[in-house]
Amino acid sequence: MFRNKDRYLSFLLVSPSILAILIFVYGFIAWSIRVSLSKWKGLSPDYTWAGLENYLSFFSDPRFSVDVRNTIVFTLVFVIGSILLGLLLAVMLDQGLKGESFFRSLFLFPMAISYIVTGIVWRWLMNPATGTRISGFNLLFHYLNLDFLINNWHTTRTWGIAAIALAAIWQMSGYTMAMYLAGLRGVPQELREAAQIDGANEIQILRYIVLPLLSPITLSALIILGHMSLKVFDLIIAVAGKQLPLDVPAIYMWQLTFDGLFYGRGAALGILLLISVAILIIPYIGYTLKAEAKQ
Amino acid sequence: MSKKYGLLSILFVVMLVLSACGPKTVESDQVEVFSWWTGGGEAAGLEAMIGVFGTEYPSVEFINAAVAGGAGTNARAVLATRLQAGDPPDSWQGHAGQELIGTYVAASQILPLNDLYEQEGWLDVMPETLIPLISQDGDIYSVPVNIHRANVMWYNPAILAANNIAVPTTLADWFAAMDTLQAAGVIPLAMGEQWTAMHLFETIMLGSLGADKYNGLWDGSTDWGGADVKTALDNYKKVLSYTNSDASSLTWQDAAQLVVNGDAAFTVMGDWAAGYFIELGKTPNTDYGWTPVPGTNGVFQFLSDSFVLAVGAKHPDAAKAWLTVAGSKAGQEAFNPVKGSICARTDCDKSLFGVYLQSAMDDWASNIVVGSLTHGVVANDSWKNEINTSLGLFLADMDVATFQAALVTACTGSGPCK
Repeated sequence: MFRNKDRYLSFLLVSPSILAILIFVYGFIAWSIRVSLSKWKGLSPDYTWAGLENYLSFFSDPRFSVDVRNTIVFTLVFVIGSILLGLLLAVMLDQGLKGESFFRSLFLFPMAISYIVTGIVWRWLMNPATGTRISGFNLLFHYLNLDFLINNWHTTRTWGIAAIALAAIWQMSGYTMAMYLAGLRGVPQELREAAQIDGANEIQILRYIVLPLLSPITLSALIILGHMSLKVFDLIIAVAGKQLPLDVPAIYMWQLTFDGLFYGRGAALGILLLISVAILIIPYIGYTLKAEAKQ
Repeated sequence: MSKKYGLLSILFVVMLVLSACGPKTVESDQVEVFSWWTGGGEAAGLEAMIGVFGTEYPSVEFINAAVAGGAGTNARAVLATRLQAGDPPDSWQGHAGQELIGTYVAASQILPLNDLYEQEGWLDVMPETLIPLISQDGDIYSVPVNIHRANVMWYNPAILAANNIAVPTTLADWFAAMDTLQAAGVIPLAMGEQWTAMHLFETIMLGSLGADKYNGLWDGSTDWGGADVKTALDNYKKVLSYTNSDASSLTWQDAAQLVVNGDAAFTVMGDWAAGYFIELGKTPNTDYGWTPVPGTNGVFQFLSDSFVLAVGAKHPDAAKAWLTVAGSKAGQEAFNPVKGSICARTDCDKSLFGVYLQSAMDDWASNIVVGSLTHGVVANDSWKNEINTSLGLFLADMDVATFQAALVTACTGSGPCK
């Protein structure tokens, strides 16, 4: 009886947030789905049924294919880059060097900065101007006599989006470092010692003991970074504004909806984004729930 | 007796005069005006105009509901939310023309202002060719406060002199001049990020097609798929070949600086650049010169900020009072010199304005007026957005045929083409 009363109270306490989430998350998802199936274009709502027309329009839309390609390139460079760099930093910090906490904070700090700030700073750093107006990284390369490294950064044809991913790596690799560092601290000392007794060297310990034990962390990092890169918007806006070579679905969605008043198509693109994130996240949630149930 | 009447009649005349120039009254005690003028000359200009309003209507409290954000992108999103919630401000700012008409008239959110135009005599003091561009089916929907010109080409006089180039007036002369400059190692034409490419696009379309066919693009009488348009697009492609390679990383200010700093010879930008050059401490006609974009002589490609009257305004009489001030000589003379634009009226006092603006005022009063695409006059938002997308794709692949096909589709999808 007491137990039930307790449960009743706890439900009562969380119910406001459940209600808010139901309305403001799931309610609006449902509404967006409804809008995405409508012919709504212009300021006044128009719920005329359009079926999947808005969704299908993207498959013959050359701008959308640019977006998909850019997202794939960005995701690959950003996720792989952040994980490798984060792991490298974590392994180095884990060697017990002096001033570890200083370096830890140093690498973690960029994460505390907003993407807008990162974007503006990197916009200056990646200035592609040449000749007398050279500046940023290009000027640095020039001073270091590394002129062959001078390049167009984010204005590079086709691959410019990878330069944006560099800025994102700078921002988020500290975060993956922190995750890996926690993971490394969780590797039992006995396992390392046992491996040492078996004659394994440091590299082998890392490869056969530590990395496999870190795989849940890699998975979490993949999911977190992956869904961030699918939704990337502010960083690109801050570096380059709304320009097509660096277009991604989130920017296209904004322009369709608020600049072009194509509410139906904009909502459809939003739902496509939601689906792509869900494909990434739902299996992960399922996996964690199962893992928790086992414990 | 007669003396007494004489005194009375004098008193009466004095009272009449006083009531004419003294404070006017309306029933409402406040008016809410929504804009994106939150900084620089724009905000200062708005304050000056609010000052004029305050003198004329001291009993009305002016609520300045400005929302920050470049060219109103954020403000318009906020406004859209308010309109959908049925809570419109009494009057709001919008680019005169189809950006307003295509969005708010289509959604029945703003009222026609023909009566106000007649009552205030604005039809006589604004250019005749302007009125159709801010009307739909004979109804005028907004009061333009200021006028900017889009088809201005700024140049560096020293660079032109050093290369023996006369200021070009035709596209052919311009191409020849830019060939010379390119050979001399100067950037012939400075350009910035994507929207400045669209700005350049509309001026080249105007320069290649002429005013009539250019206007026809927007009312459906010029065929987007036609040979004229193809020639214009080829010209545009050629013009782009003279631009700086780092265009997409530059703002319009960066591009304008290239010209006054001697790195580039020309740039095409609206006449707000004049205000920027003054800010940089440059001298007109020495550090920078200006001319209509080649091929557009005698044509004034305009854009304008204007104010509307909301359907369901809470204070309609005060909103009309505000619009009266916004269209008045006193209101426009208070706003424009500070903002760095010219009056929509042709009777403003020229001595209040700088060298460039005085020349723009002459052109405004005498030229054929056509509208700007980038700045919302000729195409509704959806159409402009479609053109912007095809332009962005064109900047990447430079394929004229694909671009033209996309422009035809855009006109069918969101414009007047059938």
